[in-house]
Amino acid sequence: MPAMNMLQALNSAMDVLLDKHPETVIFGEDSGYFGGVFGATQGLQKKYGLDRVFDAPINEAAIAAMAIGMAAKGLKPIAEIQFADYIFPAFDQIISEMSRLRYRSAGQFVSPVVVRSPWGGGIRGGQTHSMSPEAFFTHIPGVKVAVPSNPYDAKGMLIAASEGDDPVIFFEPKRIYNGPFDGVPDAPLSSWAKHPKGEVPEGHYRVELGKAEIVREGEACTVVTYGTLVHVAVNAAEKAGIDAEIIDLKTLAPYDIETIVASVNKTGRVVVAHEAPRTSGFGAELAAQIQEECFYALEAPVFRLTGWDTPYPHAHEWAYFPGQARFIRALQTVTEAR
Amino acid sequence: MAARQSASSKSTSRTRKPSGPGADTYIGWYRDMLLIRRFEEKAGQLYGMGLIAGFCHLYIGQEAVVVGVQSALREGDQVITGYRDHGHMLATGMTANGVMAELTGREGGYSRGKGGSMHMFSREKQFFGGHGIVGAQVSLGTGLAFANAYREDGKVCATYFGDGAANQGQVYESFNMAKIWNLPVVYIIENNQYAMGTSVKRSSSETHLFKRGVSFNIPGEEVDGMDVNAVYEAAKKAVEHARSGKGPYILEMKTYRYRGHSMSDPAKYRTRDEVNEYREHKDPIDLAKKRILDNKFASEDELKAMEKEIKKIVQESAEFAQSSPEPDPSELYTDVLIEA
Repeated sequence: MPAMNMLQALNSAMDVLLDKHPETVIFGEDSGYFGGVFGATQGLQKKYGLDRVFDAPINEAAIAAMAIGMAAKGLKPIAEIQFADYIFPAFDQIISEMSRLRYRSAGQFVSPVVVRSPWGGGIRGGQTHSMSPEAFFTHIPGVKVAVPSNPYDAKGMLIAASEGDDPVIFFEPKRIYNGPFDGVPDAPLSSWAKHPKGEVPEGHYRVELGKAEIVREGEACTVVTYGTLVHVAVNAAEKAGIDAEIIDLKTLAPYDIETIVASVNKTGRVVVAHEAPRTSGFGAELAAQIQEECFYALEAPVFRLTGWDTPYPHAHEWAYFPGQARFIRALQTVTEAR
Repeated sequence: MAARQSASSKSTSRTRKPSGPGADTYIGWYRDMLLIRRFEEKAGQLYGMGLIAGFCHLYIGQEAVVVGVQSALREGDQVITGYRDHGHMLATGMTANGVMAELTGREGGYSRGKGGSMHMFSREKQFFGGHGIVGAQVSLGTGLAFANAYREDGKVCATYFGDGAANQGQVYESFNMAKIWNLPVVYIIENNQYAMGTSVKRSSSETHLFKRGVSFNIPGEEVDGMDVNAVYEAAKKAVEHARSGKGPYILEMKTYRYRGHSMSDPAKYRTRDEVNEYREHKDPIDLAKKRILDNKFASEDELKAMEKEIKKIVQESAEFAQSSPEPDPSELYTDVLIEA
């Protein structure tokens, strides 16, 4: 199998979808001719033509709205919002139209749109190019929210998302587009070629949404996380010598509570981690659900390791980002609690 | 710059000599444009050395736009723009030190390192940012103009945005409101012809962006944004229109950026010939220099001395931006909500 980075894997997924499904169309700001700000759609316009892969004006609201209309009429649009931080002009369309079309029309119409968007921090992007806005979207009944953490999943999940019949907000952790990240900012960039999940089949396959994966088995505690922090967690556990069981959630809505419950009932201790701010972050949902389902198995309070309740800082990025040092402290805190 | 402009602000086309603006004005424009260019070149270097992190959008090639417009404004008028903002800040008189130190994320930066390249402000200079979301500032600038009208304080808001932002829906919501309320706002569209990598021709059904105001009854015109005098003349008319209570005005500045959209953009969507055509034949600083020398406003030696002085300012700003301390860790939590 060829080694791919996440961008190549996403590109391959869209290539497969365009080839297999004539109803697939791809558009967004600079998605066509330029091939995407990070290059995810490079070469696709040339291969499939202007009718199927094209540039949109800078109109996030209208990009979302157009995609809904296309999907309601049977197309399978994959719309790109250039950075997750830019998605808010489209928020009304996503909440009021995309998520509710099926409900409002009693199943007569659906809007199977995939909104792809580079997401998360770790690239010194400051306030408007670093956000992790997933919790806004997990709060909307009627949309799925997916966050792959590696090339293999990125391709399989994007294909599954587009072939499904529901709208999916598909967040791509841009820090790890080109290689996994262990949470140490000055360390040299690692390559996906050396990671088992960097091996990606050329053709069609699916990684179904809604299913988490245990990426490291362990007994001492459970870590529930997604995106870039999956790699930070694995490295922190190894570095600290703590036998953590690490769950890559992959899909946040709907999320795989069974896998979490089985793990927490085994370990009794849990860290939930994300880059987004703490208050009302997705970790709050996880913590609440874990205490409901595993209360009598818990031996320590659920630990939330998150970004701070501030705008995403520029100078203090590495104080904000839950990097290796903070991850190790979190693991020590939950495993040492008596 | 406001001071220099006010000295000649009362002159009209009837009283001014037919040769156009005088020596002081031209030399001032030249100096301000050169400061921006040298500052941006230095910022590019510091970025390459890893001293500026994240995003950095250079203004090189577009200097005549902000310098010409600024000299048509009065002290207290507001300026607001998008993310390609370093030139706008220097034009308002914000210091090179404070801007460069924000780029390096230091305590001495205008936002104390919290904002970085795209997000900084100056209350003193009435500079309202520095905005990283394309087009978001257009509605904000319209709101600033509303406040001016409400207070009847005679101020005008110069609201800048690019050809890319010109397709944002909220721009048109703002145009409509600005006209129904006749707000004192001048919309300056810096049409550098590429929204990152997408040319205007591929993104806009009507590529003469000044016409976008027609259905809102907002007057507009196209301006040669590489000629600082043409920018000034057009801005003067537009600002007077807005200040006199007639409402918004649109100026489409035809301009060009020499560098990529950001530091990571190799600009493969346009030809080397196209870029060279602007650099070699339409450069705003070369044009100003030629007019100064042709009119004998200054000698080559005098301009060289000025260049030396600018180099020193820029060099000092680079040093300040490296020696200014990193912000204290306690700054992470400040300015989120008002502190009791």
